[in-house]
Amino acid sequence: MSEQRMTQDMAEELKDTSDHDLIEMHTSGEVGETLLEVDHVTLRFGGVVALNDVNFEIRRGEILGLIGPNGAGKTTCFNAMTGVYTPTEGKIRFKGKEIAGTKPHKINHLGIARTFQNIRLFPEMSALENVMVGCDARHKSSVVGVLFRTYRVRPAEDELPESGIRRSLAKVFGVSRHTLEERAGRRRSMELLRFVGIADRAHELARNLPYGYQRRLEIARALATEPELICLDEPAAGFNPAEKEDLMGLIRRIRDLGHTVLVIEHDMKLVLGVTDRIVVLEFGSKIAEGTPDEVARNPKVIAAYLGEPDDAA
Amino acid sequence: MSQILDAVRGLALGERWNHAPKVVRWAVMLLVIAFAFYLPYLNILPFAYIRTDLTASGSDWASVLFLIVVYMIVAVGLNVVIGLAGLLDLGYVGFYALGAYSVAIFGSTNSPVVQALQSRFGLSEDWAVPFAVCIPIAILVSLVAGVILGAPTLRLRGDYLAIVTLGFGEIIRITFRNLDGISNGAAGITGVPVPPGPETDGRAFFNTIDAERWYWLALAILILLIFLARRLEHSRVGRAWLAIREDEDAAAVMGVAGFKFKLWAFAIGATLGGLAGLLFGSKQQYVEPNAFMVNLSFLFVAMVVIGGSGNIFGALLGAFLLTYLPERFREFVDWRPFAFGVALVAVMILRPQGLVPSRRRAREFEDRRHEAEEAAADV
Amino acid sequence: MDFDALISGLDRHTLDGITRGSIYALVALGYTMVYGVMKLINFAHSEVFMVGTWTVLGVYTAIGATSGSGLAMVIGATLLALIAAMLASAGTALAVERIAYRPLRKKGAPALIFLITGIGCSMVLVEVFGQVLRVFFGRPFGRVTVNIPAVLETKTVFTIPGVDLAVSNTRILIIVGAIVMMLALDAFVNRSRLGRGVRAVAQDPDTASLMGVNQERVIMLVFVLGGAMAGVAALLYTVQYDITKFDIGFIIGLKAFTAAVLGGIGNLRGALVGGLFLGIVEVYASAVWDSSWTNVYAFVVLVVVLMFRPTGILGESLGKARA
Repeated sequence: MSEQRMTQDMAEELKDTSDHDLIEMHTSGEVGETLLEVDHVTLRFGGVVALNDVNFEIRRGEILGLIGPNGAGKTTCFNAMTGVYTPTEGKIRFKGKEIAGTKPHKINHLGIARTFQNIRLFPEMSALENVMVGCDARHKSSVVGVLFRTYRVRPAEDELPESGIRRSLAKVFGVSRHTLEERAGRRRSMELLRFVGIADRAHELARNLPYGYQRRLEIARALATEPELICLDEPAAGFNPAEKEDLMGLIRRIRDLGHTVLVIEHDMKLVLGVTDRIVVLEFGSKIAEGTPDEVARNPKVIAAYLGEPDDAA
Repeated sequence: MSQILDAVRGLALGERWNHAPKVVRWAVMLLVIAFAFYLPYLNILPFAYIRTDLTASGSDWASVLFLIVVYMIVAVGLNVVIGLAGLLDLGYVGFYALGAYSVAIFGSTNSPVVQALQSRFGLSEDWAVPFAVCIPIAILVSLVAGVILGAPTLRLRGDYLAIVTLGFGEIIRITFRNLDGISNGAAGITGVPVPPGPETDGRAFFNTIDAERWYWLALAILILLIFLARRLEHSRVGRAWLAIREDEDAAAVMGVAGFKFKLWAFAIGATLGGLAGLLFGSKQQYVEPNAFMVNLSFLFVAMVVIGGSGNIFGALLGAFLLTYLPERFREFVDWRPFAFGVALVAVMILRPQGLVPSRRRAREFEDRRHEAEEAAADV
Repeated sequence: MDFDALISGLDRHTLDGITRGSIYALVALGYTMVYGVMKLINFAHSEVFMVGTWTVLGVYTAIGATSGSGLAMVIGATLLALIAAMLASAGTALAVERIAYRPLRKKGAPALIFLITGIGCSMVLVEVFGQVLRVFFGRPFGRVTVNIPAVLETKTVFTIPGVDLAVSNTRILIIVGAIVMMLALDAFVNRSRLGRGVRAVAQDPDTASLMGVNQERVIMLVFVLGGAMAGVAALLYTVQYDITKFDIGFIIGLKAFTAAVLGGIGNLRGALVGGLFLGIVEVYASAVWDSSWTNVYAFVVLVVVLMFRPTGILGESLGKARA
């Protein structure tokens, strides 16, 4: 049944021209205000200090890079920001609210989404379904609502069915929220797939997609949850230079949609090319922060990346 | 076996079905349903050979049909739990028993609970909770049991869930066997009430002789439940279940409230199990603890998996085969469990993806086979 | 509720619990090792145990050992029965692996399917003794309880002074036998080269195979070892209870798996701790309340323990440095 619908819908969806209105991010916040605040965070595991008094902020509307050599504490920092670890000292605040101890799905509802360094899609679901799971994070229909279509809403004029009797019925009884959300979610998901450039294989199982498509699908799925802050964990891993170039463009377009972007990366060239500001970690401490130019000239950073002995360590 | 299946696949029924106009699909669906309702009277050769009452020792055909449909209800419920949400529930018989016992304990004049109520409130000896009230009681009891069992255990790892649910199924049976003052112990409860209906031929409408009426009732309920289950499957809820099954942590990061949806799957499964049990107990008009052995749980799981986990029609086919075949070949009653065991191993080894896997599962399986072969080739 | 019964017979109940727990622990080893290596609940393991009890009966019948035989006969028959039960159980376990699990592994089937074939194998084995063999050979096979001659007659060996607790030879055999077997297995897994292979695969199958550990061999090994332990358990069980039955395995298997989970599945010492803990809790609870609820107590304990320690009492660690 749904397969059939899917193919019909697909034809319609492919006809549509790109419609950014569907996926644009509307927030009340002002560009430049503090969105996420890492406030003097220290994290210890037993005797090991994984993060040492790390302190920086992410401002709304920017692309921030978080870089550092292997084992510098990037992923630890990232996990602390997404609620996996609770800081030993210090606070992490998102929009002024402390997020330590919040469950992963609640953090998503607050407005933070992420991708995974080692891709973690839902392999047995189609690309479109993967993105729709993301859209569902903002949807409200309940189990009872889905079963009995109890929650009715009055649809806008352009959402009414075209044909006569159905149109009249919808006008009198309204349309179930589930139906509307399903329709909107499908359109939005399709648009997101188009946005990241993989709409041509929307109905293929995620596990069958090529590597580059899987990486992009992860980004689309994260964007579908309408995050104010999207964290990309080594999005360029395994990409060739041309693909990296594409990715840089994509990251900029994500920001232009209204999202704030945090990029964790190894690849200096990519980070320097795409970010507005960069935070550099080494051995769990912040060693530099600034614009790409400043960071690139910073002797500590150069030392860290060239592997020269570091007195601080 | 697999040749036949391949031949069926060669007809590309799925493809044709998907490309048929809506009118045709509705017509075919209605025809199938009409045929299903007609089945108890099936008398046209050669189809009549599928009847189970051709020999004197055979079982009543309409009763077999009824049991098949009751087990199909079970399969639809368990498919939500195992096939969609990926939770291995080995104690499903517990919910089935709860449904059957609820209607017996509250609706039968022979139940210790009803008798206690009679003497406590000075009611007449024919008084019992009306059947219409027993239905919500049965549903509520199984639903609550599902939530009580699920709430602490669904946070555990998947493998532990299997053993804890297995234990739950046993606990329910032992409880009913031991609680003389509530469930009448090992003797069971007689006089389980039947649905109300107009009296015909001097008998109640739902009686022990006219089994086809029971079958029609169960079939109508089954069709409704399939309709509802498919609504769930193709919604935000169904997607959440699949996502949890695939990668629970990633699903949580994408905003899926894993525990909540797992609990829903469990509760929905429990409710359907209870409903099936209610029908079963009511038709038998007798419940006893030994009708709810753990083996029945294995049978239920086998139905879902043999048919093709995650596919509602696979589950229905599994329920049909595993109920119908033993009844059809009743002469070999002593050999039934043995044949069942052999069939289980053989079918699963030859077709691990089930007889009618969902398209999704079939592809997944092909891929994994290739991977396994490639891995083997590498060594 | 009768706490006096528990307190007054505390010594006796503890001994009962340890006896029962030793048998659970030995069977639990099979579950725990297979789980540790394959992440699979081997549902047919309970029947591996059941085959062992029948083998004991077969050996006694074949050499004509009955209760009241001479000392040489008792020792000889018991040893022979032990070896035969270990071989038969190990063979059954290996056959199950070959027939029900290996083909699926080759096809890369999902985990659920392994459970189903395991259940199928279990049913087949049960029916072989309950139906198939009865048709060909008649009694003692069939769906009835069968007595096994008490070749080793129960005699009080010594009495613990003070508490006046009589300890019989069978109890000593069961408890000492179980502990010796477990120590031997523990030493094997921790010290020997093959044991290292088992631990390596349990920890990380991919890396282990890169390091040249033959995964198929390791899997065969854990089935053989687990089966042999179930064979030992089968002999000890017949020594204590003098019976067998076609479906005897189900409830013991269930308890043994519970014991494995309780102790921390995948952890050999956890199986011992879980088995003894479960055995003692069951006996105590049955003394205080009603023994018809024994199985309920076992599962309530399981759920409670898992809620507070989700990885069992000792944690899961076949692969860790100490098994």
